[in-house]
Amino acid sequence: MSNPPVYRHKLATRIWHWVNAVAILVLLMSGAMIFNAHPRLYWGEYGANLDRPWLSVGTTEKTGYLQIGTGRIDTTGVLGRWTGPNGVEQTRAFPYWATIPSNYNLALARRWHLAFSLIFAFGLLAFLIASLANRHVQKDLRLRRRDLSPAVLKHDVIEHLKLRFHDPADPAAFNVLQKLSYVAVIFILIPLLILTGLTMSPGMNAAWPWLLDIFGGRQSARSIHFIAAALILAFIVVHLLLVLLAGPVDGVRGMITGRVRAAGRAAP
Amino acid sequence: MISRRRLIGGLAAMPLLGGCDRLGENAEFRGLLYAAEDAHRLLQRTITDRNALAREYRERDMSPVFRTNGTRMPGTADYQRHLATGFADWRLIVDGLVERPLALPLAALRALPYRTQITRHDCVEGWSAIGKWHGPPLAALLGRARLRPEARYIVFHCADMYGSRPYYESIDLVDAFHPQTILAWAMNNRPLDVGHGAPVRLRVERQLGYKHAKYVMRVEAVASLDRVYGGGGGLWEDIAGYEWYAGI
Repeated sequence: MSNPPVYRHKLATRIWHWVNAVAILVLLMSGAMIFNAHPRLYWGEYGANLDRPWLSVGTTEKTGYLQIGTGRIDTTGVLGRWTGPNGVEQTRAFPYWATIPSNYNLALARRWHLAFSLIFAFGLLAFLIASLANRHVQKDLRLRRRDLSPAVLKHDVIEHLKLRFHDPADPAAFNVLQKLSYVAVIFILIPLLILTGLTMSPGMNAAWPWLLDIFGGRQSARSIHFIAAALILAFIVVHLLLVLLAGPVDGVRGMITGRVRAAGRAAP
Repeated sequence: MISRRRLIGGLAAMPLLGGCDRLGENAEFRGLLYAAEDAHRLLQRTITDRNALAREYRERDMSPVFRTNGTRMPGTADYQRHLATGFADWRLIVDGLVERPLALPLAALRALPYRTQITRHDCVEGWSAIGKWHGPPLAALLGRARLRPEARYIVFHCADMYGSRPYYESIDLVDAFHPQTILAWAMNNRPLDVGHGAPVRLRVERQLGYKHAKYVMRVEAVASLDRVYGGGGGLWEDIAGYEWYAGI
Protein backbone atom coordinates (compact mmCIF):
# COMPACT_ATOMS: atom_id res chain seq x y z
CA MET A 1 0.00 0.00 0.00
CA SER A 2 3.01 2.25 0.36
CA ASN A 3 3.82 2.03 -3.33
CA PRO A 4 4.16 5.47 -4.94
CA PRO A 5 1.50 6.19 -7.56
CA VAL A 6 2.49 5.86 -11.21
CA TYR A 7 1.15 8.05 -13.97
CA ARG A 8 -0.53 5.81 -16.53
CA HIS A 9 -3.33 7.65 -18.37
CA LYS A 10 -2.78 10.93 -20.18
CA LEU A 11 -5.43 13.65 -20.08
CA ALA A 12 -6.59 13.10 -23.68
CA THR A 13 -6.99 9.38 -22.97
CA ARG A 14 -9.04 10.04 -19.85
CA ILE A 15 -11.37 12.57 -21.49
CA TRP A 16 -11.92 10.36 -24.54
CA HIS A 17 -12.44 7.27 -22.40
CA TRP A 18 -15.42 8.74 -20.57
CA VAL A 19 -16.94 10.63 -23.51
CA ASN A 20 -16.62 7.53 -25.64
CA ALA A 21 -18.03 5.28 -22.92
CA VAL A 22 -21.23 7.35 -22.83
CA ALA A 23 -21.37 7.56 -26.64
CA ILE A 24 -20.95 3.80 -27.10
CA LEU A 25 -23.59 2.98 -24.52
CA VAL A 26 -26.09 5.33 -26.17
CA LEU A 27 -25.18 4.03 -29.64
CA LEU A 28 -25.55 0.37 -28.61
CA MET A 29 -28.94 0.95 -26.99
CA SER A 30 -30.39 3.28 -29.63
CA GLY A 31 -28.96 0.94 -32.27
CA ALA A 32 -30.85 -1.94 -30.64
CA MET A 33 -34.08 0.07 -30.99
CA ILE A 34 -33.30 0.80 -34.66
CA PHE A 35 -32.67 -2.93 -35.20
CA ASN A 36 -36.11 -3.61 -33.71
CA ALA A 37 -37.68 -1.83 -36.70
CA HIS A 38 -36.41 -4.58 -39.01
CA PRO A 39 -34.79 -7.39 -36.99
CA ARG A 40 -33.33 -9.18 -39.99
CA LEU A 41 -29.81 -9.04 -41.48
CA TYR A 42 -28.81 -9.80 -45.06
CA TRP A 43 -25.71 -10.02 -47.24
CA GLY A 44 -25.39 -8.01 -50.45
CA GLU A 45 -26.94 -4.77 -51.67
CA TYR A 46 -30.62 -5.44 -51.08
CA GLY A 47 -32.65 -7.35 -48.52
CA ALA A 48 -36.25 -7.01 -47.36
CA ASN A 49 -39.04 -9.12 -45.91
CA LEU A 50 -39.33 -11.44 -48.91
CA ASP A 51 -35.57 -12.04 -49.15
CA ARG A 52 -33.71 -14.56 -47.02
CA PRO A 53 -31.86 -13.14 -43.98
CA TRP A 54 -28.76 -14.79 -42.49
CA LEU A 55 -29.83 -13.62 -39.03
CA SER A 56 -33.25 -12.76 -37.72
CA VAL A 57 -35.10 -12.36 -34.46
CA GLY A 58 -38.70 -13.50 -34.57
CA THR A 59 -41.67 -14.82 -32.68
CA THR A 60 -43.82 -17.90 -32.78
CA GLU A 61 -47.16 -18.13 -31.03
CA LYS A 62 -45.59 -18.63 -27.61
CA THR A 63 -41.85 -18.09 -27.94
CA GLY A 64 -39.20 -15.68 -29.16
CA TYR A 65 -36.21 -16.90 -31.15
CA LEU A 66 -32.91 -15.95 -32.70
CA GLN A 67 -32.29 -17.62 -36.03
CA ILE A 68 -28.83 -17.78 -37.61
CA GLY A 69 -28.79 -19.57 -40.96
CA THR A 70 -31.05 -22.56 -40.41
CA GLY A 71 -30.29 -22.87 -36.69
CA ARG A 72 -32.84 -21.54 -34.25
CA ILE A 73 -32.26 -20.68 -30.58
CA ASP A 74 -35.16 -20.16 -28.19
CA THR A 75 -34.68 -16.73 -26.63
CA THR A 76 -38.09 -16.31 -24.97
CA GLY A 77 -37.88 -13.68 -22.25
CA VAL A 78 -34.87 -11.88 -23.76
CA LEU A 79 -35.23 -11.61 -27.55
CA GLY A 80 -38.34 -11.69 -29.69
CA ARG A 81 -40.81 -12.17 -26.84
CA TRP A 82 -40.42 -10.65 -23.39
CA THR A 83 -42.37 -9.03 -20.60
CA GLY A 84 -42.43 -5.24 -20.35
CA PRO A 85 -42.12 -3.23 -17.13
CA ASN A 86 -45.92 -3.12 -16.80
CA GLY A 87 -46.16 -6.92 -17.03
CA VAL A 88 -47.47 -6.88 -20.60
CA GLU A 89 -45.90 -9.36 -22.99
CA GLN A 90 -44.24 -7.77 -26.03
CA THR A 91 -43.08 -9.28 -29.30
CA ARG A 92 -40.19 -7.12 -30.38
CA ALA A 93 -36.56 -8.15 -30.89
CA PHE A 94 -34.60 -6.36 -28.13
CA PRO A 95 -36.33 -5.87 -24.76
CA TYR A 96 -37.15 -2.46 -23.31
CA TRP A 97 -34.21 -2.42 -20.87
CA ALA A 98 -31.73 -2.74 -23.74
CA THR A 99 -33.06 0.09 -25.93
CA ILE A 100 -33.13 3.90 -26.07
CA PRO A 101 -35.88 4.95 -25.88
CA SER A 102 -37.33 2.03 -23.91
CA ASN A 103 -40.54 2.01 -25.97
CA TYR A 104 -40.76 1.48 -29.74
CA ASN A 105 -39.83 4.81 -31.34
CA LEU A 106 -37.69 4.54 -34.47
CA ALA A 107 -37.61 8.29 -35.14
CA LEU A 108 -36.33 9.18 -31.65
CA ALA A 109 -33.85 6.28 -31.60
CA ARG A 110 -32.42 7.58 -34.90
CA ARG A 111 -32.12 11.07 -33.41
CA TRP A 112 -30.11 9.66 -30.48
CA HIS A 113 -28.03 7.44 -32.73
CA LEU A 114 -27.19 10.07 -35.35
CA ALA A 115 -26.34 12.71 -32.71
CA PHE A 116 -24.02 10.42 -30.73
CA SER A 117 -22.47 9.06 -33.92
CA LEU A 118 -20.94 12.52 -34.40
CA ILE A 119 -19.47 12.45 -30.88
CA PHE A 120 -18.23 8.90 -31.53
CA ALA A 121 -16.56 9.69 -34.88
CA PHE A 122 -15.11 13.10 -34.12
CA GLY A 123 -14.15 11.93 -30.62
CA LEU A 124 -12.03 9.17 -32.15
CA LEU A 125 -10.47 11.66 -34.55
CA ALA A 126 -9.59 14.10 -31.75
CA PHE A 127 -8.24 11.29 -29.55
CA LEU A 128 -6.03 9.96 -32.35
CA ILE A 129 -4.61 13.39 -33.17
CA ALA A 130 -3.95 14.10 -29.47
CA SER A 131 -2.47 10.65 -28.93
CA LEU A 132 -0.07 11.00 -31.82
CA ALA A 133 0.95 14.42 -30.48
CA ASN A 134 1.45 13.22 -26.88
CA ARG A 135 3.04 10.00 -28.17
CA HIS A 136 0.51 7.69 -26.47
CA VAL A 137 0.14 5.74 -29.72
CA GLN A 138 3.87 5.45 -30.35
CA LYS A 139 4.85 4.70 -26.73
CA ASP A 140 1.98 2.70 -25.25
CA LEU A 141 -0.04 1.19 -28.08
CA ARG A 142 2.56 0.31 -30.70
CA LEU A 143 2.90 -3.43 -31.02
CA ARG A 144 6.44 -4.64 -31.35
CA ARG A 145 7.38 -7.87 -33.05
CA ARG A 146 8.48 -9.45 -29.77
CA ASP A 147 5.04 -8.64 -28.25
CA LEU A 148 3.49 -11.06 -30.69
CA SER A 149 5.86 -13.96 -30.19
CA PRO A 150 4.04 -17.09 -28.94
CA ALA A 151 6.20 -17.23 -25.81
CA VAL A 152 5.30 -13.67 -24.79
CA LEU A 153 1.61 -14.19 -25.53
CA LYS A 154 1.57 -17.46 -23.59
CA HIS A 155 3.32 -15.82 -20.66
CA ASP A 156 0.79 -12.96 -20.68
CA VAL A 157 -2.19 -15.34 -20.75
CA ILE A 158 -0.76 -17.19 -17.74
CA GLU A 159 -0.13 -13.91 -15.92
CA HIS A 160 -3.78 -12.92 -16.59
CA LEU A 161 -5.00 -16.22 -15.17
CA LYS A 162 -2.97 -15.47 -12.05
CA LEU A 163 -4.59 -12.01 -12.01
CA ARG A 164 -1.22 -10.33 -12.47
CA PHE A 165 -1.85 -7.69 -15.07
CA HIS A 166 1.26 -5.55 -15.03
CA ASP A 167 4.97 -5.97 -15.29
CA PRO A 168 6.34 -5.03 -11.82
CA ALA A 169 9.45 -3.63 -13.53
CA ASP A 170 7.37 -1.24 -15.65
CA PRO A 171 4.03 -0.83 -13.91
CA ALA A 172 2.81 2.04 -16.08
CA ALA A 173 2.99 -0.01 -19.30
CA PHE A 174 0.11 -1.93 -20.86
CA ASN A 175 0.44 -5.70 -20.99
CA VAL A 176 0.44 -7.42 -24.39
CA LEU A 177 -3.15 -8.70 -24.38
CA GLN A 178 -4.29 -5.28 -23.24
CA LYS A 179 -2.36 -3.61 -26.07
CA LEU A 180 -3.77 -6.06 -28.60
CA SER A 181 -7.37 -5.51 -27.51
CA TYR A 182 -7.01 -1.71 -27.39
CA VAL A 183 -5.38 -1.64 -30.83
CA ALA A 184 -8.17 -3.86 -32.18
CA VAL A 185 -10.89 -1.60 -30.74
CA ILE A 186 -9.29 1.76 -31.60
CA PHE A 187 -7.87 0.97 -35.02
CA ILE A 188 -10.24 -1.73 -36.31
CA LEU A 189 -13.61 -2.02 -34.55
CA ILE A 190 -14.47 1.66 -34.05
CA PRO A 191 -13.38 2.73 -37.57
CA LEU A 192 -15.34 -0.25 -38.93
CA LEU A 193 -18.46 0.88 -37.06
CA ILE A 194 -18.07 4.44 -38.38
CA LEU A 195 -17.50 3.36 -41.99
CA THR A 196 -20.29 0.77 -42.07
CA GLY A 197 -22.56 3.38 -40.47
CA LEU A 198 -21.73 5.81 -43.27
CA THR A 199 -22.39 3.04 -45.81
CA MET A 200 -26.00 2.88 -44.64
CA SER A 201 -26.51 6.56 -45.50
CA PRO A 202 -27.98 6.97 -49.00
CA GLY A 203 -26.40 10.43 -49.25
CA MET A 204 -22.93 9.08 -48.44
CA ASN A 205 -23.47 6.15 -50.82
CA ALA A 206 -23.83 8.62 -53.68
CA ALA A 207 -20.89 10.74 -52.51
CA TRP A 208 -18.51 7.88 -51.70
CA PRO A 209 -19.65 4.82 -53.69
CA TRP A 210 -16.40 3.02 -52.80
CA LEU A 211 -17.96 2.47 -49.36
CA LEU A 212 -20.41 0.06 -51.02
CA ASP A 213 -17.54 -1.70 -52.79
CA ILE A 214 -15.39 -2.29 -49.72
CA PHE A 215 -18.25 -3.74 -47.67
CA GLY A 216 -20.03 -5.59 -50.49
CA GLY A 217 -23.27 -3.59 -50.50
CA ARG A 218 -25.50 -1.70 -48.12
CA GLN A 219 -27.11 -4.70 -46.45
CA SER A 220 -23.69 -6.30 -45.95
CA ALA A 221 -22.53 -3.05 -44.33
CA ARG A 222 -25.59 -3.20 -42.04
CA SER A 223 -24.68 -6.78 -41.07
CA ILE A 224 -21.02 -5.90 -40.43
CA HIS A 225 -22.16 -2.88 -38.39
CA PHE A 226 -24.22 -5.21 -36.20
CA ILE A 227 -21.38 -7.77 -35.82
CA ALA A 228 -18.88 -5.04 -34.92
CA ALA A 229 -21.34 -3.65 -32.37
CA ALA A 230 -21.65 -7.12 -30.81
CA LEU A 231 -17.83 -7.37 -30.63
CA ILE A 232 -17.63 -3.95 -28.94
CA LEU A 233 -20.20 -5.18 -26.42
CA ALA A 234 -18.08 -8.29 -25.80
CA PHE A 235 -15.01 -6.07 -25.32
CA ILE A 236 -16.90 -3.93 -22.78
CA VAL A 237 -17.98 -7.00 -20.80
CA VAL A 238 -14.41 -8.35 -20.62
CA HIS A 239 -13.01 -4.88 -19.90
CA LEU A 240 -15.40 -4.36 -16.97
CA LEU A 241 -14.71 -7.85 -15.66
CA LEU A 242 -10.97 -7.19 -15.67
CA VAL A 243 -11.47 -3.81 -13.98
CA LEU A 244 -13.34 -5.64 -11.22
CA LEU A 245 -10.62 -8.30 -10.89
CA ALA A 246 -7.75 -5.81 -10.96
CA GLY A 247 -9.27 -3.48 -8.38
CA PRO A 248 -12.16 -1.29 -9.45
CA VAL A 249 -11.46 1.64 -7.11
CA ASP A 250 -7.88 2.02 -8.26
CA GLY A 251 -8.94 1.49 -11.89
CA VAL A 252 -11.64 4.13 -11.89
CA ARG A 253 -9.45 6.56 -9.95
CA GLY A 254 -6.69 5.96 -12.49
CA MET A 255 -8.99 6.77 -15.37
CA ILE A 256 -10.06 9.99 -13.61
CA THR A 257 -6.80 11.30 -12.12
CA GLY A 258 -4.37 9.47 -14.40
CA ARG A 259 -2.52 7.94 -11.43
CA VAL A 260 -2.65 4.33 -10.23
CA ARG A 261 -0.93 2.55 -7.38
CA ALA A 262 2.09 0.69 -8.61
CA ALA A 263 1.14 -2.64 -7.05
CA GLY A 264 1.17 -5.64 -9.38
CA ARG A 265 -2.55 -5.31 -9.92
CA ALA A 266 -3.77 -2.18 -11.62
CA ALA A 267 -6.33 -0.97 -14.05
CA PRO A 268 -6.58 -3.20 -17.12
CA MET B 1 -42.76 -12.94 -8.32
CA ILE B 2 -39.98 -11.20 -10.14
CA SER B 3 -37.41 -13.49 -11.71
CA ARG B 4 -33.78 -12.94 -10.84
CA ARG B 5 -32.95 -12.18 -14.47
CA ARG B 6 -35.60 -9.49 -14.64
CA LEU B 7 -34.52 -8.03 -11.33
CA ILE B 8 -30.85 -7.81 -12.33
CA GLY B 9 -31.66 -6.50 -15.79
CA GLY B 10 -34.08 -4.01 -14.32
CA LEU B 11 -31.70 -2.74 -11.64
CA ALA B 12 -28.83 -2.40 -14.07
CA ALA B 13 -30.87 -0.50 -16.60
CA MET B 14 -33.08 1.52 -14.27
CA PRO B 15 -31.20 4.82 -13.77
CA LEU B 16 -29.98 4.82 -17.35
CA LEU B 17 -33.31 3.88 -18.87
CA GLY B 18 -35.45 6.30 -16.96
CA GLY B 19 -32.82 8.96 -17.50
CA CYS B 20 -32.62 8.54 -21.26
CA ASP B 21 -36.39 8.35 -21.65
CA ARG B 22 -36.77 11.55 -19.62
CA LEU B 23 -33.98 13.28 -21.56
CA GLY B 24 -35.65 12.29 -24.82
CA GLU B 25 -38.84 13.99 -23.66
CA ASN B 26 -37.05 17.17 -22.57
CA ALA B 27 -37.60 19.87 -25.21
CA GLU B 28 -34.14 21.43 -24.87
CA PHE B 29 -32.28 18.13 -24.97
CA ARG B 30 -34.40 17.03 -27.90
CA GLY B 31 -33.36 20.24 -29.67
CA LEU B 32 -29.72 19.21 -29.23
CA LEU B 33 -30.39 15.74 -30.63
CA TYR B 34 -32.34 17.22 -33.55
CA ALA B 35 -29.45 19.62 -34.34
CA ALA B 36 -27.46 16.59 -35.45
CA GLU B 37 -29.67 16.40 -38.57
CA ASP B 38 -28.42 19.83 -39.71
CA ALA B 39 -24.85 18.89 -38.77
CA HIS B 40 -25.02 15.74 -40.91
CA ARG B 41 -26.59 17.62 -43.83
CA LEU B 42 -24.02 20.42 -43.69
CA LEU B 43 -21.14 17.96 -43.36
CA GLN B 44 -22.38 15.89 -46.31
CA ARG B 45 -23.01 18.92 -48.47
CA THR B 46 -19.67 20.57 -47.53
CA ILE B 47 -17.30 17.62 -47.69
CA THR B 48 -18.82 15.75 -50.61
CA ASP B 49 -20.01 16.60 -54.12
CA ARG B 50 -23.61 17.78 -53.76
CA ASN B 51 -24.35 16.70 -57.33
CA ALA B 52 -22.97 13.17 -56.89
CA LEU B 53 -25.12 10.48 -58.49
CA ALA B 54 -26.59 7.58 -56.57
CA ARG B 55 -25.27 4.21 -57.72
CA GLU B 56 -27.18 2.66 -60.61
CA TYR B 57 -27.36 -1.11 -60.81
CA ARG B 58 -27.67 -3.74 -63.55
CA GLU B 59 -30.85 -5.67 -64.34
CA ARG B 60 -29.46 -8.78 -62.67
CA ASP B 61 -28.90 -6.88 -59.40
CA MET B 62 -32.62 -6.14 -58.98
CA SER B 63 -34.69 -7.48 -56.07
CA PRO B 64 -36.81 -10.47 -57.11
CA VAL B 65 -39.75 -8.85 -55.31
CA PHE B 66 -39.89 -5.14 -54.51
CA ARG B 67 -42.12 -5.02 -51.44
CA THR B 68 -44.72 -2.29 -50.97
CA ASN B 69 -44.83 -0.14 -47.86
CA GLY B 70 -46.93 2.63 -46.31
CA THR B 71 -50.24 3.21 -48.10
CA ARG B 72 -51.02 0.41 -50.54
CA MET B 73 -54.40 1.75 -51.68
CA PRO B 74 -55.45 5.37 -51.11
CA GLY B 75 -59.00 5.33 -49.82
CA THR B 76 -60.26 8.74 -50.95
CA ALA B 77 -63.24 8.92 -53.32
CA ASP B 78 -61.24 11.20 -55.59
CA TYR B 79 -58.44 8.68 -55.99
CA GLN B 80 -60.86 5.79 -56.44
CA ARG B 81 -62.59 7.69 -59.23
CA HIS B 82 -59.26 8.32 -60.99
CA LEU B 83 -58.31 4.68 -60.57
CA ALA B 84 -61.63 3.52 -62.06
CA THR B 85 -61.15 5.72 -65.13
CA GLY B 86 -57.49 4.79 -65.62
CA PHE B 87 -56.39 8.31 -64.60
CA ALA B 88 -57.93 9.56 -67.90
CA ASP B 89 -58.89 12.98 -66.51
CA TRP B 90 -56.17 13.10 -63.84
CA ARG B 91 -53.83 16.12 -64.02
CA LEU B 92 -50.49 16.68 -62.33
CA ILE B 93 -50.61 20.22 -60.98
CA VAL B 94 -47.36 22.22 -60.84
CA ASP B 95 -47.95 25.54 -59.09
CA GLY B 96 -46.93 27.81 -56.23
CA LEU B 97 -43.93 30.08 -56.87
CA VAL B 98 -43.78 29.48 -60.63
CA GLU B 99 -44.33 31.86 -63.57
CA ARG B 100 -46.46 29.41 -65.53
CA PRO B 101 -48.49 26.84 -63.54
CA LEU B 102 -49.01 23.50 -65.28
CA ALA B 103 -51.79 20.91 -65.32
CA LEU B 104 -50.36 17.88 -67.10
CA PRO B 105 -52.40 14.83 -68.14
CA LEU B 106 -50.71 11.47 -67.58
CA ALA B 107 -50.24 11.01 -71.34
CA ALA B 108 -48.40 14.35 -71.56
CA LEU B 109 -46.19 13.39 -68.63
CA ARG B 110 -45.37 10.07 -70.30
CA ALA B 111 -44.60 11.87 -73.57
CA LEU B 112 -41.84 13.94 -71.94
CA PRO B 113 -38.21 12.83 -72.33
CA TYR B 114 -37.67 10.38 -69.50
CA ARG B 115 -34.82 8.83 -67.57
CA THR B 116 -34.51 5.13 -66.76
CA GLN B 117 -32.59 4.24 -63.61
CA ILE B 118 -32.07 1.07 -61.60
CA THR B 119 -31.53 2.25 -58.05
CA ARG B 120 -31.65 1.02 -54.47
CA HIS B 121 -34.53 2.06 -52.24
CA ASP B 122 -33.58 2.23 -48.55
CA CYS B 123 -36.38 2.25 -46.02
CA VAL B 124 -35.77 4.07 -42.73
CA GLU B 125 -36.58 0.75 -41.03
CA GLY B 126 -33.45 -0.83 -42.46
CA TRP B 127 -34.45 -2.90 -45.50
CA SER B 128 -33.40 -2.20 -49.10
CA ALA B 129 -34.85 -3.15 -52.48
CA ILE B 130 -33.51 -2.52 -55.98
CA GLY B 131 -35.92 -1.56 -58.75
CA LYS B 132 -36.05 0.11 -62.13
CA TRP B 133 -37.77 3.45 -62.51
CA HIS B 134 -38.83 5.49 -65.54
CA GLY B 135 -39.93 9.11 -65.53
CA PRO B 136 -39.12 12.70 -66.49
CA PRO B 137 -36.61 14.60 -64.35
CA LEU B 138 -38.35 16.96 -61.95
CA ALA B 139 -35.95 19.65 -63.23
CA ALA B 140 -37.61 19.49 -66.68
CA LEU B 141 -41.06 20.17 -65.18
CA LEU B 142 -39.75 22.98 -63.00
CA GLY B 143 -38.03 24.43 -66.07
CA ARG B 144 -41.27 24.42 -68.04
CA ALA B 145 -43.16 26.00 -65.18
CA ARG B 146 -40.32 28.53 -64.71
CA LEU B 147 -39.49 28.59 -61.03
CA ARG B 148 -39.55 32.05 -59.45
CA PRO B 149 -36.31 33.18 -57.74
CA GLU B 150 -37.84 33.20 -54.25
CA ALA B 151 -38.71 29.47 -54.44
CA ARG B 152 -36.59 27.41 -52.01
CA TYR B 153 -38.42 24.11 -51.58
CA ILE B 154 -40.59 21.81 -53.68
CA VAL B 155 -43.57 20.27 -51.88
CA PHE B 156 -45.29 17.08 -53.09
CA HIS B 157 -48.97 16.79 -52.20
CA CYS B 158 -50.22 13.21 -52.28
CA ALA B 159 -53.55 11.40 -52.58
CA ASP B 160 -53.12 9.12 -49.57
CA MET B 161 -54.41 10.05 -46.12
CA TYR B 162 -53.20 9.08 -42.64
CA GLY B 163 -56.35 9.64 -40.64
CA SER B 164 -57.26 13.23 -41.43
CA ARG B 165 -53.75 14.16 -42.60
CA PRO B 166 -52.70 13.96 -46.23
CA TYR B 167 -49.30 12.50 -47.03
CA TYR B 168 -46.83 15.07 -48.24
CA GLU B 169 -43.11 15.48 -48.61
CA SER B 170 -40.65 18.20 -49.57
CA ILE B 171 -37.09 18.59 -50.83
CA ASP B 172 -34.78 21.54 -51.36
CA LEU B 173 -33.56 22.75 -54.76
CA VAL B 174 -30.27 20.81 -54.55
CA ASP B 175 -32.26 17.59 -54.70
CA ALA B 176 -35.06 18.99 -56.88
CA PHE B 177 -32.63 19.75 -59.72
CA HIS B 178 -30.55 16.60 -59.23
CA PRO B 179 -30.58 14.61 -62.51
CA GLN B 180 -31.79 11.41 -60.79
CA THR B 181 -34.76 13.13 -59.13
CA ILE B 182 -37.63 12.00 -61.34
CA LEU B 183 -41.39 11.67 -61.24
CA ALA B 184 -41.67 7.98 -62.01
CA TRP B 185 -44.70 6.72 -63.95
CA ALA B 186 -43.32 3.23 -64.56
CA MET B 187 -41.47 0.65 -62.49
CA ASN B 188 -39.68 -2.48 -63.69
CA ASN B 189 -40.85 -1.85 -67.30
CA ARG B 190 -44.56 -1.64 -66.37
CA PRO B 191 -46.86 1.26 -65.59
CA LEU B 192 -46.58 2.08 -61.88
CA ASP B 193 -49.03 -0.07 -59.90
CA VAL B 194 -51.20 1.22 -57.05
CA GLY B 195 -49.07 -0.36 -54.33
CA HIS B 196 -46.00 1.50 -55.53
CA GLY B 197 -47.72 4.88 -56.01
CA ALA B 198 -49.75 5.06 -59.25
CA PRO B 199 -49.99 7.13 -61.30
CA VAL B 200 -46.80 9.00 -60.35
CA ARG B 201 -44.30 8.88 -57.49
CA LEU B 202 -41.22 10.85 -56.60
CA ARG B 203 -37.77 9.25 -56.75
CA VAL B 204 -35.19 11.23 -54.79
CA GLU B 205 -32.39 8.71 -54.87
CA ARG B 206 -30.03 10.09 -52.21
CA GLN B 207 -32.59 10.01 -49.41
CA LEU B 208 -34.52 7.37 -47.45
CA GLY B 209 -37.76 5.77 -48.59
CA TYR B 210 -40.29 8.01 -46.88
CA LYS B 211 -39.07 10.98 -48.96
CA HIS B 212 -40.14 9.15 -52.16
CA ALA B 213 -43.73 10.38 -52.05
CA LYS B 214 -46.26 8.11 -53.76
CA TYR B 215 -49.56 9.16 -55.42
CA VAL B 216 -48.23 12.66 -56.21
CA MET B 217 -51.12 14.93 -57.22
CA ARG B 218 -49.56 18.34 -56.97
CA VAL B 219 -46.06 19.80 -57.03
CA GLU B 220 -45.84 23.16 -55.28
CA ALA B 221 -42.88 25.54 -55.15
CA VAL B 222 -42.63 27.45 -51.86
CA ALA B 223 -40.25 29.88 -50.16
CA SER B 224 -40.61 28.31 -46.71
CA LEU B 225 -41.97 25.08 -45.23
CA ASP B 226 -43.19 26.77 -42.05
CA ARG B 227 -46.78 27.15 -43.15
CA VAL B 228 -47.11 23.92 -45.11
CA TYR B 229 -49.23 21.51 -43.01
CA GLY B 230 -47.37 20.89 -39.71
CA GLY B 231 -44.26 22.83 -40.79
CA GLY B 232 -41.91 19.85 -40.63
CA GLY B 233 -41.68 19.42 -44.39
CA GLY B 234 -43.38 16.02 -44.48
CA LEU B 235 -46.07 13.93 -42.84
CA TRP B 236 -43.64 11.63 -40.97
CA GLU B 237 -41.53 14.64 -39.99
CA ASP B 238 -44.68 16.30 -38.56
CA ILE B 239 -46.25 13.40 -36.71
CA ALA B 240 -43.30 11.22 -35.67
CA GLY B 241 -40.18 13.41 -35.67
CA TYR B 242 -38.31 11.75 -38.55
CA GLU B 243 -35.52 13.78 -40.14
CA TRP B 244 -36.50 16.13 -42.95
CA TYR B 245 -33.05 15.59 -44.46
CA ALA B 246 -33.10 11.83 -44.94
CA GLY B 247 -29.77 11.46 -46.71
CA ILE B 248 -28.45 10.01 -43.42
